[in-house]
Amino acid sequence: MATAVGAGAQSRRWQDIFEERRFLGPLLIAPALIFIALLVGAPLILAVYLSLTDATAGGLTGEWVGFQNYLDAWDDPIFRRALRNTVIFTLVSQAIVLVGAGFLAHALVRDFPGKWFFRFLVILPWATPVALSTVAFLWLFHPLYGVVNWTLTHDIVPGSPAFYPYEALNWAFARDFWPSWIQISPIEPIDPPQWLGEPNLAMAAIIFAHAWRILPFATVIFIAGLASMPPEVEDAAKIDGATGLKKFWYVTLPLQLPIALVALLFGIVFTATDMTVVYILTHGGPFNSTHMLTTWAFDTGINSAALGQGAAISLYLLPALAIVAILMLRFARKAEVT
Amino acid sequence: MGRYRQNITSYLIVGPFAIVLAFPFYWMLITALRADNDLYDIEQVPFKFNADSPTGANFRFLFEQTDYGKWLINTAIIGAAVVLITLVVALPAGYALARLSGKWGQGVGVGIFLTYLVPPTLLFLPLSRVIAELNLHDRLWSMILVYPSFTVPFSIWLLMGFFKTIPPELEDAALVDGASRLGALARVVFPLSVPGILTVVIFSFSLVVNEFVYAITFISSTEAKTISAGVPTELIRGDVFYWGALMAATLIPAIPLALLYNVFLNRFIAGFTGGAFR
Repeated sequence: MATAVGAGAQSRRWQDIFEERRFLGPLLIAPALIFIALLVGAPLILAVYLSLTDATAGGLTGEWVGFQNYLDAWDDPIFRRALRNTVIFTLVSQAIVLVGAGFLAHALVRDFPGKWFFRFLVILPWATPVALSTVAFLWLFHPLYGVVNWTLTHDIVPGSPAFYPYEALNWAFARDFWPSWIQISPIEPIDPPQWLGEPNLAMAAIIFAHAWRILPFATVIFIAGLASMPPEVEDAAKIDGATGLKKFWYVTLPLQLPIALVALLFGIVFTATDMTVVYILTHGGPFNSTHMLTTWAFDTGINSAALGQGAAISLYLLPALAIVAILMLRFARKAEVT
Repeated sequence: MGRYRQNITSYLIVGPFAIVLAFPFYWMLITALRADNDLYDIEQVPFKFNADSPTGANFRFLFEQTDYGKWLINTAIIGAAVVLITLVVALPAGYALARLSGKWGQGVGVGIFLTYLVPPTLLFLPLSRVIAELNLHDRLWSMILVYPSFTVPFSIWLLMGFFKTIPPELEDAALVDGASRLGALARVVFPLSVPGILTVVIFSFSLVVNEFVYAITFISSTEAKTISAGVPTELIRGDVFYWGALMAATLIPAIPLALLYNVFLNRFIAGFTGGAFR
C-alpha cells in the first residue's frame, strides 16, 4: 500500500515537470543538443587536434607537431592550386547561379499555362542524388561518344549550307585578342576537346555541372522570397508608375536582397565544401590541376593515410565557414528586429 | 493581349533554362534504353533509337549482373533508420524551440542550424578513425550513426518553422479543457503538423540518398554500399564503362525523388523560410 502511494507521488512529480515550461523546454531540446555535440562538435574538435599532430590512418593519436601540418600544406604547390581552384569554383559558379536563379524565379513566380511541368523540369537536377547526376556529366562530356562533342562536330541544322557548331566556336573564340583563359585552340573534328582531360576545360566542366545542380535550389529560395513580398508593395509601385527595370531596381531588388543573401551564403558553403562533383568528374586530375581543398584533403588523409596533414588541409575551409556563419547570425538578428 | 505577352515572356525565360536543366535527363533516358551496338557506333545520331534500340537490356544488366539491387536495399534501410532517429530527436526539439523556450530559443535554433553548415568534408577524417575504433567500418551502422548529424539540424530548423505556423491558442484551448501539455501535443499539434513532418521525412531521406563523402570513407566492401557510393565507384572501372546501365542507375532514384520534391516543394519553402529569416 505504502509503495503504491509512493509510486503515485513519484509519477505525479514527473507529470509536474512535463507541465512546467521551464523544465519541459530544455528537456525536449537536450537530446538534440547532446546528439549534435557528440556527432558534430566532438569530431570538429578532434579534427583540430589531429591537424596539430602527425597522426596517420593507423590510430587516433600522434606526436604533437604544432602548426607544422598547416605550414607544410601551404608550401605545397598542389595545395596552392587547390586553394585557388576552390575560390574560382565558388565565385564563378555562385555568380552564374545568382543571376540564373534571379531570372528564373521571377518568371516562375507568375502563373502561366503549363507552369507545373516547367517547374518539374527545373527541379529535376536538385532532386537527383548528386553523385549520380555527376556520373551523367561524365557521359555528356565523354570525348568520343558524349553528346557535347557529337553536337560540336556534326551538321546539326538541316539543309544547306552545312553548319558545324565547332566552326562557329572557332570563329568566335580561337582569336588572339582574347585573354589566355578565354581564348581556345581551334577545335578539330578528328580530335575533339577532351573536356575532362585539359585543366581549363575541366574546371569549366566542373563549374557548369555544379552550377547546374545548385541553380534549382537557389531558384526555390528566391521564389520563397518573392512569394513573401507583401502585395501592397506591388500596388504602391503600380500607383507610382514604377514598371519593368525601374520597378526591379528600386522595389523588387532591395526587398529581395536579404533572401538573395541567404541563397548566396548557402551556395558558398555548399560549393566551397563540396567534394562529390570534382571527385567523380576529374578526381583532381589531370596532373592534380583541378583539385579542390576537399578532394586534396581526401587524397592526403584517406588515400595517402596522412590523417593529420589531411585534417589541416580541410581546416583551411574553417575561416570561410566562420565568416558565413557570422554573417548569417547577424542577418537572423536583423530579420528578428524588423 | 497583355496576358498573352506576359505568358510569352515567361516561356522565353523559363524555356531555355528548362532545356539546359532537363536535357541531361533526356540524354540519360535515351542512353539507358539504347543497345550497345547503337550506343558505341559513332556513325549513329545519338538523339534517337537506331539498330537494336530501344531495349531493356541495360536495366536487366543493372539488376542481374551488378549489386545495384543490393545498394537500393541498403539505401532504403539506412534511410528509414536515419529518418526514424531524426524524428525522435528533432520533433521534440523543434516543438520546444518554437514554443517553450522564449527568448533564448531563437538563439539556440539558429545555433543548431549553423551546425548544418559544418560540412562532412571537415568531419570525415576524424570520423573515419572513430568508425574504425568502434569496429563499424564496412557496416551499415556506421552510416546510420553518422548521417543524423546533418539530418537532425536540418530537420529541427524545418520543424521549428512548421510549428510556428500552428497557432498556440489551439493548445491553450486544449490545456484549459484539462488536457496535459503532452496530451495537447499528441491530440492537437501532432495531427496538424503531419504535412510538415512528411516534408521532413522526404527531405531527410533524400539527404541520406545524396550523401557521398562519408559513404566512400566508411565503406569499402561492395555489399555494404549505398547507391550514391556504389554507382560511381563500382560501375566505373578503368576503361570499361557500362554507360547504358549507369544512366539507368541514375534515373531510377531520380524520377521518384523529383516527383516527391514537386509535391512537397511549397511546404519545404514554408518551413525553410519560416524559421527565422523573415
